[in-house]
Amino acid sequence: MEPQTLLSGRWEHFPHGADIGVRGIAPTLAGAFEQAALALTAIVIDPADLDGDEQVEIDCEAPDAELLLVDWLNAIVYEMATRRLIFGRFEVETDGNRLRAKAFGRPMDADQLELAVEPKGATYTALSVARGEDGVWTAQCVVDV
Amino acid sequence: MDTTGLQRISECEWRIPASGKMRVPAVIYATEALIVDMDEKVREQIVNVATLPGIVSAAYCMPDAHWGYGFPIGGVAAFDPDEGGVISAGGVGFDVSCGVRTLYTGLTVAEIEAKKAELADALFRSVPAGLGSRGSIHLDVKAMRVMLDGGARWAVDQGFGREEDLEFVEERGRMAGARPDKVSDQAIKRQQDEMGTLGSGNHYLEVQRVAEVYDEDTARVFRLARDEAVVSIHCGSRGLGHQIGTEYLREMAVSAARYGIDLPDRELACAPIASEVGQSYLGAMRAAINCALANRQIITHLVREAFASVFPGVELPLVFDVSHNTCKVERHNVDGKPRALYVHRKGATRAFGPGHAELPAAYRETGQPVIIGGTMGTASHVLVGTGESEALAFSSSCHGAGRSMSRHEALKRWQGKQIVEGLAEQGVIIRSRSYRGVAEEAPGAYKDVDAVAEAAHASGLSRRVAKLTPLVCIKG
Repeated sequence: MEPQTLLSGRWEHFPHGADIGVRGIAPTLAGAFEQAALALTAIVIDPADLDGDEQVEIDCEAPDAELLLVDWLNAIVYEMATRRLIFGRFEVETDGNRLRAKAFGRPMDADQLELAVEPKGATYTALSVARGEDGVWTAQCVVDV
Repeated sequence: MDTTGLQRISECEWRIPASGKMRVPAVIYATEALIVDMDEKVREQIVNVATLPGIVSAAYCMPDAHWGYGFPIGGVAAFDPDEGGVISAGGVGFDVSCGVRTLYTGLTVAEIEAKKAELADALFRSVPAGLGSRGSIHLDVKAMRVMLDGGARWAVDQGFGREEDLEFVEERGRMAGARPDKVSDQAIKRQQDEMGTLGSGNHYLEVQRVAEVYDEDTARVFRLARDEAVVSIHCGSRGLGHQIGTEYLREMAVSAARYGIDLPDRELACAPIASEVGQSYLGAMRAAINCALANRQIITHLVREAFASVFPGVELPLVFDVSHNTCKVERHNVDGKPRALYVHRKGATRAFGPGHAELPAAYRETGQPVIIGGTMGTASHVLVGTGESEALAFSSSCHGAGRSMSRHEALKRWQGKQIVEGLAEQGVIIRSRSYRGVAEEAPGAYKDVDAVAEAAHASGLSRRVAKLTPLVCIKG
């Protein structure tokens, strides 16, 4: 699966010895968080293959933007695990300490979807949320699978 | 890893002397070839572990060490509570008490071969494997809390397995000191439908051939005979352990400064053993150990049902059940004095030597079976704990082949379908819900497991007993 390029940003995976790094890149912090979430979904299945209109609201709060990214990704992991949903679209509002989001997805049906591997949790390894000199935001960390 | 700066003590022992903020040296047990193959991050991480408060003797890397979270995977460190020692959620890992359980079939490889496809299908139907698969067991919150206290003991009481199984599980199947009240509602909710499921990633259920026997006397005690078949189950505490790891890692990262702990890496988040956070994590982590032990016990029951449908009358007693992501309180002799230490093993197996009081009577003279999981295309190994291992690394050994390549790179190199077809030509049946998952777990993405087992043997951490090769692999 190749990383997706979107008008509002893009996501990619980066290598880690045992697991998978997720990276969201976008003109805004909220966009980078949305793209990082798509990279998380892409650990399981190509988000471009997903439709569905089931909606989940997620709120997070953290002392800094890096912890907020980990909290955000872990909240998605939790919703995936307990609601058995897989999300293909995200709408995020954030100021770097507080995040409000909607995740849109469909049931994680192993008979209909080929699901690769389960994300166990977002980690603090290679964790970074930063704005480059070009003004583009990057949000990344390694996810344990 | 570049060997510059490493002092070579022997063929398989390398030392990084304490310097800077390191409180103790770091010791790596591996051949030069395995060290060269390790990521440079392993050195950085084990040096960081050596800076933590209350660490005793040294920070150790097993021969299968690779880049982890704070601690390297394949890392061992012991902490003394009387010297300000800490407990670290990253030093245990997300999949608390992930481990391997091996069962004796009493069947020859020839008997398995005659019904191999039928057996593979029966196991694949019986044991839920892979993301999105569900078990048939649902536990309400009250039952979850009882299970978290009871472990495999609880599972046997529920009819999953037999009383005699518990003798061959670490802690006799129940980790004492669990505090289910320290496990969050979220962690419990995540696990309520996951008991008796294998999970995904590197988890598996294999029917294996005893391909080589290196130590006939010990193999006989472990009931491992050449060209007979065994079954090995590799999985852990599933969603519950992951959620506990996530929550306590965050809590420890945020509270470290309050306890005056200078973290060289956020992922090394830890808390003093005596602190409220430390004690809460200890209780929750022990509950997660019980969850993993119960999970492997339920899967054992499902495996027995599947086998009975193909080979009526086969009983599948346990060889042993080891955990490799834990923190346990153990008494060890340090400089001639016994001390109660909090031994973290992150991707490392406990390896008690002969005579240890906690071993089952059947293995008291031999030492503990050390089960090293391999890949679906190579081999696994059974080793035995040695007397010298206590002085080398607090009675620890390696846990698996250890990855040598990222999943990212593996996906670029291999396709799952080709791997499944190639292994079928070699006589190994793979059953998996995901070709992509198979590609990520390609045998070529792992270190040479034979070299890892040989290094564990040569260093004295444990002694080789037998080599197991896959016949059937149900891939998580």
